[in-house]
Amino acid sequence: MSFYQNVNEIIFFVFVFLVLFGGIMAVRSRILMHAVLGLAVSLLGVAGLYFHLGSPFLALMQILIYVGAVCIMIVFGIMVGYTPSEVREQGIGVANPFLALTAGVAVFITLLIAISRTVWTPAAAVQGDFSLAYLGETLMYRYCLAFELISVVLLTAIVGAIILARGGRDEEHF
Amino acid sequence: MLSANLNTYLVISLFMLILGLYGMLQHRSFIGMLISIELMLSGAGLNFMAFNRFLAPDPAIGQIFTLFIMGIAAAEAAIAVSIIFAVYRRYYTADPADVHDLRH
Repeated sequence: MSFYQNVNEIIFFVFVFLVLFGGIMAVRSRILMHAVLGLAVSLLGVAGLYFHLGSPFLALMQILIYVGAVCIMIVFGIMVGYTPSEVREQGIGVANPFLALTAGVAVFITLLIAISRTVWTPAAAVQGDFSLAYLGETLMYRYCLAFELISVVLLTAIVGAIILARGGRDEEHF
Repeated sequence: MLSANLNTYLVISLFMLILGLYGMLQHRSFIGMLISIELMLSGAGLNFMAFNRFLAPDPAIGQIFTLFIMGIAAAEAAIAVSIIFAVYRRYYTADPADVHDLRH
């Protein structure tokens, strides 16, 4: 292995560490703000893995949409919706994490056996490449209907979120 | 070279799914459960990108699917946060176990 391949491998494992560390922080932390921070770290690591998988565009989109939009929205959800005494979660007993760990380990072992036993066959012929131009062309020609539908879904989600978050406010406070 | 192996990425996304499942069962607040769902969805996107890189005949399809997963996740987070607001205004609680009007 050449020097650059070693560096590449080290950077890959840094990203894997970010994914796992952030994920554990997101699920283990009692303070919700720390959990959102862990989620952001984990999603940054996933963006690095997208870069390793040959798609810098998706890495940037991951940072823009997940870290920039979703995490910020969850932070607003914490700060607006909860009074400060409830930002720390309460009422977690001993049995709850134990049962969750049992379920997680069971699913993990099952899927790990499935992954290790499957023999993957690559496609015989690959057409197209990872370039942004080809991606945009495919998105606008072959998957045009799905592209329009996802914009309708997003518009519906925005209008629905406004209606849900506004409901009941007028009678109570005015 | 572990970074050029399909199974490595599959195991990483499996870890993200398991962490999301664990957090979903263990968190005692709606926001914590929403965070766990985002972890699971991101693991699914990573899975699609791994298959796209190593097995797919057309490299654009997996990227487009992952983009759609991101859009769905953003819409889902917006709806979930506003539902949490509505539930909080109605029940004055953040504990999912306290919202049980349909149980009795």
